[in-house]
Amino acid sequence: MAAVVEDRTSGAARQHPKLWQLRLYVAGQTPKCLTAFANLKKICEEHLAGEYEIEIIDLIEQPQLAAGDQILAIPSLVRKLPEPVRKIIGDLSNTERVLVGLDLREMG
Amino acid sequence: MGKGNGRQFPALAKAATGIGGFDEITGGGLPRGRTALVAGSAGAGKTLFGIEFIYRGVTQYGEPGVIVAFEETENELAENVASLGFDLKDLIKRKQLVLDFVRVERSEIEETGEYDLEALFIRLGHAIEQVKAKRVLLDTIEALFAALPNQGILRAELRRLFRWLKERGITAVITAERGEGALTRHGLEEYVSDCVVLLDHRVTEQVSTRRLRVVKYRGSQHGTNEYPFLIDRTGISVLPITSLGLNHKALNERVSTGIAALDAMLGGEGFFRGSSILVSGTPGSGKTSLAAHFVDAACKRGEGCLYFSFEESEHQIIRNMRSIGIDLGRWVERGLLRFHSARPHIQGLESHLALMLKQIGEFDPAAVVIDPVTNLAEVGTTHEASTMWIRLVDSLKSHGITAMFASLTSDQEHPEMSEAHISSLMDSWILLRNLESNGERNRGLYILKSRGMAHSNQIREFVLTNQGAQLCEVYTGTAGVLTGTARVAQEARERAENRARQQEIGRKQRELETKRQAMEAQIAALRAAFASESAEVEQMVSNARLADQAVNETMAILSQLRSGEAKNGPIGESKGGGNNGGNKKNGGSGRGQDERRRPTAS
Repeated sequence: MAAVVEDRTSGAARQHPKLWQLRLYVAGQTPKCLTAFANLKKICEEHLAGEYEIEIIDLIEQPQLAAGDQILAIPSLVRKLPEPVRKIIGDLSNTERVLVGLDLREMG
Repeated sequence: MGKGNGRQFPALAKAATGIGGFDEITGGGLPRGRTALVAGSAGAGKTLFGIEFIYRGVTQYGEPGVIVAFEETENELAENVASLGFDLKDLIKRKQLVLDFVRVERSEIEETGEYDLEALFIRLGHAIEQVKAKRVLLDTIEALFAALPNQGILRAELRRLFRWLKERGITAVITAERGEGALTRHGLEEYVSDCVVLLDHRVTEQVSTRRLRVVKYRGSQHGTNEYPFLIDRTGISVLPITSLGLNHKALNERVSTGIAALDAMLGGEGFFRGSSILVSGTPGSGKTSLAAHFVDAACKRGEGCLYFSFEESEHQIIRNMRSIGIDLGRWVERGLLRFHSARPHIQGLESHLALMLKQIGEFDPAAVVIDPVTNLAEVGTTHEASTMWIRLVDSLKSHGITAMFASLTSDQEHPEMSEAHISSLMDSWILLRNLESNGERNRGLYILKSRGMAHSNQIREFVLTNQGAQLCEVYTGTAGVLTGTARVAQEARERAENRARQQEIGRKQRELETKRQAMEAQIAALRAAFASESAEVEQMVSNARLADQAVNETMAILSQLRSGEAKNGPIGESKGGGNNGGNKKNGGSGRGQDERRRPTAS
């Protein structure tokens, strides 16, 4: 099983007041999970360049983490910051809905 | 993940639930290694059923469990069942149980493409792994239908979930809300084909009764009836009724009624142990008093008694019975007697029955009193009531418990008619009646029937004294049945008559004695008269003889004086000789005749 896929912006972004903390839950490298990650990456680059960090959690490796964010569906994306916490399920192929889900529409 | 080490179980292997009565009606519990669906409306007890299944699995059968709650948090669940004595937190601490709360909020979820519920599988798998669980409760998985917009995905995933559980050999219970016209709102029964249990909470005439029915149990025999069940401080108890039949043993032992005279009426020994006795009577005819005697006698023998009262409280009964000299309080103190007082309308008939059977099971008494059965029967329909009595009587008989049922009858001409549905179940039937006459009411007692023993056909007067109940012979004569003061008066009258008769006889005897004495006096007088007469006669005879002698002597003297004149003699002799030739032989006798004739002639 592949290591946790991780992508972080520069350390300086941590102090950024507008930092987006995103967490993607996957279960192994299934096509759906890979699609989701690719879609997320694309959307973030387009709308949140330099202002986001994505944490990938593979539940097969860390099943105990599923309870924390009340994850049921795979793949699931959780917006930890900015608050409030938002949850998006699915492979993120519907960009429009992802933007709504992440509350990026108004910003755009 | 998901590829379980598919263990094979025999087709009919069952996992005991430990829920009182449920294992009996299903022949051992839920299907092992399968998923069972428990459906029911809100508040029917689905969650409790599931939790009890898990809890008993751990505590009684050593099978660790997992509870996945979709509606209540871990703390809420644990608190809810703590009142039933289910300490879930302790089981979690002992690593026998995992309680996982899965919260799904529709408002927080945005669907953005394809997904599956693998995370749920992972969570469940992880939980099962942690405690090596054998049992799983999903309560209630229907919450997912509200949370996830894509029903197609959800249904496919549920199907996969149940298969997944089966492959792992997990015995699972899923709960579901009862739907309109269907077993469950979202058709979960489509996925669960092995066992479906329906819980129902019905309210009829403001009285609620919980019922359970096994709708489906593939590959297994099961009771198909609706069984009433109770939720009380020890969890769920289902009443297995069909497991009871008419095969209870008939005991030959006899038990006293507590009233010696009544024992005597029942062949001298009282009731059969394990028999059912109906005591019916009009209001105030002494049913409870009779029951108190029965209880008192049982407790005196050191036997446990359970008294179900649906009219009076425990204290009321104890106080009232003290007035007839029966102290039931001491038996309560010694733990031999237990009262259970409740208003009949507090719950449905089924629940009453369930509660009674439960109490009987816990206390294990030798005698039971139900006082009265009549107002209890009012809670349900006649049919419900009669099936309940059958169940209760069967259960009591199978435990060898002697039971007394007090029944209130209305003051009508044929009290026998009103209780046809219960009396046929009874072995003995004692009827108490108010006998009204001459401006007073008195209690009459008679035995209408008593199976298997010779019993008296007499009506007795049932008198309550401060020394307990007593049975008196009633006066039955030309004046009809007399009781109370009329009986006492009649008895006095009879005594008076008796006395009068005795006096009359004495008088007659005395009269006869007098007559006898008079007769004897008369006899004595006659005898005296006779004696004096006979003495007179004898006197006369001797006088005559003396006179004869004197004549003879005179004659002799005369003949001597006329000596030589012998011719005279033959003259006299020829007179007599002409009459009787026999005189030739005995001249003396001829002379004698002459002698006799002479005094009469004189």
